[in-house]
Amino acid sequence: MAGYILRRLLQAIPVLLGTTFLIYFMVFAMPGDPIVALFGDKTPPPQVIEALRERYHLDQPFIVQYFIFLGNIFKGDLGVSFSGQPVSEILMATFPVTLRLAAMAVFFEMVAGISIGLISGLRKGGIFDASALVVSLILISLPIFVLAFVMQWFFGIYLGWFRTTVGPGAPTQDLILPAIVLATISFAQIVRLTRASVIDTDGQDFVRTAASKGLTRGRIVPVHILRNSLIPVVTYLAVDFGTLMVGATVTEGIFNVPGVGRTLYQAIIRGEGPTVVSFVTIMVLIYLVVNLLVDLLYAVLDPRIRYAK
Amino acid sequence: MKIKRIGVAAIALAAAGALTLSGCTSGGADPSAPAGDATAVITTNGSEPQNPLIPTNTNEVGGGKILDAIFAGLVYYDAKGAAHNDVAESIETDDAQNYTIKLKADQKFTNGEPVTANSFVDAWNYGADTANEQLSQYFFESIDGFSYEESVPELPGLEVVDDTTFTVKLKQPESDFPLRLGYSAFYPLPESAFEDLAAFGESPVGNGAYMLDGEDAWKHNEKIDLVVNPDYDGPRKAVNGGLDIIFYASQDAAYADLQGGNLDVLDAIPDSALATFEDEFGDRAITQAAAIFQSFTIPARLPHFSGEEGNLRRQAISMAINRDEITDVIFAGTRTPAHDFTSPVIDGYSEEIPGSEVLDYNPEEAKKLWAQADAIAPWDGTFKIAYNADGGHQAWVDAVANGLKNDLGIDAAGDPYPTFAEARTKITDRTIQTAFRSGWQADYPALFNFLGPLYGTGAGSNDGDYSNPEVDTLLKEGLAETDIAAANEKFQAAQEILFQDLPAVPLWYSTVNGAWSEVVNDVEFGWNSVPLYYQITKSE
Repeated sequence: MAGYILRRLLQAIPVLLGTTFLIYFMVFAMPGDPIVALFGDKTPPPQVIEALRERYHLDQPFIVQYFIFLGNIFKGDLGVSFSGQPVSEILMATFPVTLRLAAMAVFFEMVAGISIGLISGLRKGGIFDASALVVSLILISLPIFVLAFVMQWFFGIYLGWFRTTVGPGAPTQDLILPAIVLATISFAQIVRLTRASVIDTDGQDFVRTAASKGLTRGRIVPVHILRNSLIPVVTYLAVDFGTLMVGATVTEGIFNVPGVGRTLYQAIIRGEGPTVVSFVTIMVLIYLVVNLLVDLLYAVLDPRIRYAK
Repeated sequence: MKIKRIGVAAIALAAAGALTLSGCTSGGADPSAPAGDATAVITTNGSEPQNPLIPTNTNEVGGGKILDAIFAGLVYYDAKGAAHNDVAESIETDDAQNYTIKLKADQKFTNGEPVTANSFVDAWNYGADTANEQLSQYFFESIDGFSYEESVPELPGLEVVDDTTFTVKLKQPESDFPLRLGYSAFYPLPESAFEDLAAFGESPVGNGAYMLDGEDAWKHNEKIDLVVNPDYDGPRKAVNGGLDIIFYASQDAAYADLQGGNLDVLDAIPDSALATFEDEFGDRAITQAAAIFQSFTIPARLPHFSGEEGNLRRQAISMAINRDEITDVIFAGTRTPAHDFTSPVIDGYSEEIPGSEVLDYNPEEAKKLWAQADAIAPWDGTFKIAYNADGGHQAWVDAVANGLKNDLGIDAAGDPYPTFAEARTKITDRTIQTAFRSGWQADYPALFNFLGPLYGTGAGSNDGDYSNPEVDTLLKEGLAETDIAAANEKFQAAQEILFQDLPAVPLWYSTVNGAWSEVVNDVEFGWNSVPLYYQITKSE
């Protein structure tokens, strides 16, 4: 097990190098000079442009810039944003917010999605199953910004139950609405996934064996059916959590959540190379870790899966 | 508000040709305003400053809005764009080149330091020094001794006479120099700022109507909290209890907050609500011209666009643009058709400048002029207008191109660049081979600011490399006039020539759209489209 984890972590190094290089290249390859853009429609004196370019190493060839960046990363220095704030500080401020938002969203979609999916699967073809199908299809086909605006208007402005946007400090009660919006999309997927998986497991031999042994339905459903149906759902949830962790740009923008997605979006717009690359590097790391955890979780859920050596 | 206009007239009347921005200390908040709650805090929209909060290093609205609230300059601008003394007691000159600036006595920064002549001179020297790479460095370029090439730690043109007096010597007469002094680059800095400017930029100490609410008032990417500065006793004294500027990534989010009652004053309406916000907010909505001029530039280096032929073609193109229809249909009235090269919010603006009829839609005349140009040298190719695709320009560029196709019978098209940065880079390094979108947002409310930097020979933002000695002479003469009205006459005369040459084809002025909640009163937007927060009252 330990060997397996070590191997996975070693594999992460080339992945990380490759992704940062690609991202750095893409940021660098963006046409136009971000320094010139800083001045809007005004043309700054050439000396000023030169000086600023030098400060951000933009006068160096691309590969040199990349190695300066890489060297700094190993020193723990993620660079400085145009506003003079260390990128590491921005990360520290925004990641906890996004983490809370993502955790809440995953919690909502898990509780609602798994329970509705389970009931649908157990009562396949019933009225509950049919209505769950219709609702989840509608939700899957809705673009998230439509849902976000509608929810914001209805619950925030019309009913006034929630704050329309997330207030300063991102208090948990303000995050409920955006978390529900985020959860809604994946919720539908989880319902479909759980339902299919439950139907599949319900027809397996060991379930019939358990029933013929005289076990009650109340014991068969949670212990035998649910647990064995959860593997695809957990995979999905974990990947979804990874996606949410790296920021839900649209939702964070609409609800003004001071999180990763919104900050990254603004950094891209401004052409702030250091911020973009550092954020994405951390995101790649999170993705790798989350995926590793998912693989390890399989073994816990299903003892038949073993990681030898 | 009328009294403020007198402030400008007084300049013209000042005896012996001395230019004096006479104090108008009763300005600012309307004294008869209904008493709001003097402790109520106004909430408004903003954006995360893109630079540390150092006056000479801030050139964008996010930081500018905060600096204007926490600093007081020598002068300030009222809603009409007229300048009045703030920290200055008087600003005098005989020749528009040498200025003597006297400060009001007993002014303080919020850390207790006195505001002295040195506070200004040191701050300006810092901002002007090439070694310090300040974004607003160019504001000091007309002061004697200024250089972009070498570091000048102390400008010879700035001299401290005593604690409250200093003199400024410019390289050449520039009568609108006093009008610039309300811009953030000219704010004073306390001595302690220079000990650690990075820390200062994070938690600045000012002398304005507001101050930061404690050391960590700036919550990055979230908001900044300002409270009233009890020591400020100038014309912009706040009648509310403070100002919370909340940073929004999207205007939609800010608008939703205004609707939901979480925001008091909003100075930008999202596109999605432009058609409805006036119905929804009624007399709490505002649409007002802004000091933003939009145009497209046709460089003379393009084939067919130099000399007599070029002027005819430019005029024909200008007359083939239906500005009224485009502003109405495409912009839903959020742009106002241009009548000159400046902006209606600037003192001295006129719609009646001879030659401005070239901005009226006149397809017959356009065809005639184009035919005359064809007689000189026949037209071939496609007329292209370059624009940045990330700025919402496609609709109007396509409309203009279609107009040219229909009215002039030529091939015309937009030429999009993916990002603003790319378009600007191509424009500044002169590799662009088409006409291109251009625009200007004024730094300070003066006609010259719309003309000199854009159309003066070799001027910094003269991206079309326009050059006309007559225009240069008129601009120079205007700058030498110590009387603003006389100066503006010269600038208008320069515009008459610009209407013939059309180095840029004026299109329209931007407007500012804003709205506010029921709990606030006395909301007025300044010449620079930022609400005058200090005079807003709030009852709750």
